[in-house]
Amino acid sequence: MTIILNGERFELDSPLSVTALLAKLDIDPRRVAIEHNLNIIKRQTYPDVLIGEGDTVEIVNFVGGG
Amino acid sequence: MADSPFVIAGRTFKSRLIVGTGKYPSHVVMAQAHAAAGAEMVTVAVRRVNISDRSKESLLDYIDDKIFILPNTAGCYTADDAIRTARLGREAGLSNWVKLEVIGDERTLFPDNEALIEATRVLVNEGFIVLPYTNDDPIACRKLEDVGASAVMPLGAPIGSGLGIQNANNIRIIREFSKVPVIVDAGVGTASDAALAM
Repeated sequence: MTIILNGERFELDSPLSVTALLAKLDIDPRRVAIEHNLNIIKRQTYPDVLIGEGDTVEIVNFVGGG
Repeated sequence: MADSPFVIAGRTFKSRLIVGTGKYPSHVVMAQAHAAAGAEMVTVAVRRVNISDRSKESLLDYIDDKIFILPNTAGCYTADDAIRTARLGREAGLSNWVKLEVIGDERTLFPDNEALIEATRVLVNEGFIVLPYTNDDPIACRKLEDVGASAVMPLGAPIGSGLGIQNANNIRIIREFSKVPVIVDAGVGTASDAALAM
């Protein structure tokens, strides 16, 4: 199945939770913020929010800037 | 000249110098610069994680625990984008403070004040402490303060230009009008420019 992850098409085998997606991408959940279909997802709900076909996901963190 | 405390939204900072985290040759050099500057607040940008390049080094690992982190909404060209980015920054970060940028022109990076004022209004209503990056227009600064900005950040000169303060008179007028702190942002090129601003 295909989702849009950070603006690019991304392939997944099946729907999965935000927690599972972060684990798959090797991303530390404590250091990021997630937007799922334009909704900001609270950290405590990461295990419960399911990402499915056609969903849009944004994963952001802090980088150097002014 | 007696020193007066630097207070933004009820929080007191001993240092009036706010430093960024970008364009350093390495995170280590950045940490050294922060320490040398005595910075108490540093700005960071909210950006998409690079999915394909998962380098383990995190910027946050190199920022001293005692330093207050201020996320900015760099790279946002609409009020909606800036509002979304601010909310994401709050979710990822450690506070509800945001340095709000809504850019009006890609080349000069001048702020879009109309969108900025609207975004400030929305975010203040959601409980954010908003520090908006604006230009040296005293009326824009007044409007930002009216919608609840906790400080105003007029540019000294275009972002990255290093030209130093171009319109000191306007900055002076802004300071006279403002009841909130005035933070000169952008275009500050040299240490002496920064000293002059402060």
